[in-house]
Amino acid sequence: MEEEFRGGRPQLFDFITNGRDWSDKGGYGAAEEKNLELRLGLPGGEDWSAVQEKREHPAESAVSPGHIAKIPKSTNMSASSGAKRGCSDAVDSKPEGTLADKTTFQQQHLQQQQLGFLQLQAKGKESLHRTSGSAGLQSLEGKVCGPHAAHASSTKNTTATHSTSQSRAAAAPVVGWPPIRSFRKNLAGTAKASAESPNRRSEAEKKLENDRKGLFVKINMDGIPIGRKVDLKAYDSYEKLSLAVDELFRGLLMAAQMDLLTATTHSTKETHLISGLLDRSGEYTLVYEDDEGDKMLVGDVPWDMFVSTAKRLRVLKSSDLCASPLSPGEIRRRTNDC
Amino acid sequence: MTYFPEEVVEHIFDFVGSHRDRNTVSTVCKAWYQVERLSRRTVFVGNCYAIGPERVMARFPGIKSLSVKGKPHFADFNLVPYDWGGFALPWIVAAARLCPGLEELRLKRMVVTDDGLELLARSFPNFKSLVLISCEGFSTDGLATIATYCRGLRELDLQENEVEDHGCQWLSFFPDSCTSLVSLNFGCLKGEVNGGALERLVARCPNLRSLKLSPAVSVESLNKILARASHLVDLGTGSFAVDHRTDVYHMLMNSFPKFKSLRNLSGFWDASPCCLRAVYPVCTSLTVLNLSYAPAIQGDDLIKIICLCFKLQKLWVLDSIGDKGLAVVASTCKELQELRVFPCDIYGAGTTSVTEEGLLAVSSGCPKLNSLLYFCYQMTNAALITIAKNCPHFTRFRLCILDPGKPDPVTDQPLDEGFGAIVRSCKNLRRLSLSGRLTDQVFLYIGMYAERLEMLSIAFAGDSDKGMIYVLNGCKNLRKLEIRDCPFGDIALLKNVAKYETMRSLWMSSCDITLGGCKALAAKMPRLNVEIINENEETYEFEENLSDLHKLEKIYVYRTVAGPRNDAPDFVWTL
Repeated sequence: MEEEFRGGRPQLFDFITNGRDWSDKGGYGAAEEKNLELRLGLPGGEDWSAVQEKREHPAESAVSPGHIAKIPKSTNMSASSGAKRGCSDAVDSKPEGTLADKTTFQQQHLQQQQLGFLQLQAKGKESLHRTSGSAGLQSLEGKVCGPHAAHASSTKNTTATHSTSQSRAAAAPVVGWPPIRSFRKNLAGTAKASAESPNRRSEAEKKLENDRKGLFVKINMDGIPIGRKVDLKAYDSYEKLSLAVDELFRGLLMAAQMDLLTATTHSTKETHLISGLLDRSGEYTLVYEDDEGDKMLVGDVPWDMFVSTAKRLRVLKSSDLCASPLSPGEIRRRTNDC
Repeated sequence: MTYFPEEVVEHIFDFVGSHRDRNTVSTVCKAWYQVERLSRRTVFVGNCYAIGPERVMARFPGIKSLSVKGKPHFADFNLVPYDWGGFALPWIVAAARLCPGLEELRLKRMVVTDDGLELLARSFPNFKSLVLISCEGFSTDGLATIATYCRGLRELDLQENEVEDHGCQWLSFFPDSCTSLVSLNFGCLKGEVNGGALERLVARCPNLRSLKLSPAVSVESLNKILARASHLVDLGTGSFAVDHRTDVYHMLMNSFPKFKSLRNLSGFWDASPCCLRAVYPVCTSLTVLNLSYAPAIQGDDLIKIICLCFKLQKLWVLDSIGDKGLAVVASTCKELQELRVFPCDIYGAGTTSVTEEGLLAVSSGCPKLNSLLYFCYQMTNAALITIAKNCPHFTRFRLCILDPGKPDPVTDQPLDEGFGAIVRSCKNLRRLSLSGRLTDQVFLYIGMYAERLEMLSIAFAGDSDKGMIYVLNGCKNLRKLEIRDCPFGDIALLKNVAKYETMRSLWMSSCDITLGGCKALAAKMPRLNVEIINENEETYEFEENLSDLHKLEKIYVYRTVAGPRNDAPDFVWTL
């Protein structure tokens, strides 16, 4: 099993074994490098929060170890496609807001977990106790870095939690074992994150969200691979929503355009990078999908009606919409045609 | 019998139902063969590569129902590469041409495409029933064409398929004139569902008896559906978690009491304990309950619901039920015939699970138990011996001890004696899956006693070739043998080659089979396809240069009258 991972990520492997180097490196530079590494490892926005959740909750999901066995596969085609399916199962089958993180929380912790994650390797015992149980750590390690048995067991030895769980975790990834279907493996993971959450508030949030559609909705932006979630209940007007969207994506947009920005323009750039979302005057326009699957411009219906019918949001490049002012019906037809 | 005119013989054959019997009847004489083939209405093809579709249709031109299976069983656990094969299209094409009266198609573990579904939808005017199990390769667009063109469709049953989501509109493609649905199951769909279209469809199908929803169907939608479909016998809920302070919740609580005919319940995708209370009113008449998709329901809540289900015949749960919960099953569900306990959290730390105690309890409390799938962390010989004594009627016994090769924790012995007791006691055992630490001895028992055994699954077991040889020389009804990670080599493979022509298929992966062994097998048995699945790209191009001693990762051997298949991908070599 070990060979499978060595080839894929030599850089990460180095970081693990040279733990000392990490603690010596300066803050931002290291974080940035870690930034890039982690991003390579994880496919999309939801997985950020997924990793976050897993670290906080003791019982670990099955998604990560599934990745262990399957990610970097040239020689095992069945496994890699199984992983694809497994991954998408995990991502898609999660009900809205299973992970129930507020968006600001996500933003703050995005940075933190990038730093925090690899600190785990360097710090050893303390951080292990602070985060999840040994099984979880192993799964995390495996997810990004590959489960080198020697390394994993050495960290586990320093944090004796449940001995049975350790032996179970040690037995973990054999391809096709235990003989259960992929979708069952993911089932346990997604529900564990919500159901066994010690944080009752997030459980209540999840319930609330299942009550009324449009509470937490996904929002994607053109050109940004990482999607987000917004809580429509947190705003009472379109203006506030628009500001929130700007805040959400500004950072990511800047990161995506990093090459284009010089140091000087960065400081003089206007406060709101993403403006004119609602009146079609800006570079981007906010659209949403309602409960019948139609794509509508945000802003045309009363706010309350919007909240109760919006299923997901999208920030499109205004140039992708027709230049002339369109009625909601026309947008619907046009966007459905695309 | 040769004095009877054909019509009479045909009429007699109407009473000959099972495939096996009809197959036998057709071998008696030419006259019977003719009568049988023209009057046959249902055909089952267990391995799609055992015979070509045209040949089937030519022999049985009058078939109304066709079932075909594709990939080997271990494909369920990602052991078979993605594009290995099992394509449905040739079957649909042949049927469209030769059997236009087809009414029912059941496919399992096959690759079905949207094109195939469209051809299906357009080619059979009387088409009534489509059942796809563990298939892949199609999207909701394909479903839309089925909905559009299959007038009079009665059943659309999608079980555990990988379906690409191209939007929720497919449900809207059922025309307003479609009122014939009896069974609709789309539980495996991952995408959004058009609630309005679904509700309208249910409302206009008065014969609907079985409805299984996907996780995307909201509780609100479910409430509306339940209000219009009070004759349902079989229900799979969609999403099943709402805050108990809402109107939706109260409606849900009041939705179930009026169901007089409801017998099967499943779904419960994200069920919360308080929502589960909604189904208490119907529990006393339930015969089938599947809570195995509801990891949020813990043991105590499971117990609350199970102690009401005294008519239950089939129960699927997660191991969060615990031994305590299984004891409740044992004392309540006296009619229980099938039990499946799935692992909730295979990588978890210290969560509830089940042990041999739970199974012991069920075996002594449920005298009608005959089918078992049980995932646990440990098992003892003593327990298995007792279970065998308590339940001699097992037809399916599948035990999976999650730690491969784990011995009896009490005695540290292999589980040979325990499984031996099972096969000795259960004379009607047709399917067996082994696990835990096992030596060649268990295979000796299986070969000696498991006379009715048809399917055997082995993993991380055995010590030498003898194990496999015992099985091949013994079990005279063996049809499917699947082995992984066992020390069986060429000697075992070649000991009894004639056996493979009496079986449907043999799968071996991560064993000690060499290229030379397979070549020898292929040479001796020309009517077998000996497929080598070689995913190691390095050896691809050097096929000719591979030494006979090269160990093979995966082989799949099956009898066929169709010769080597012509749709094999690069990494599959048929010798």
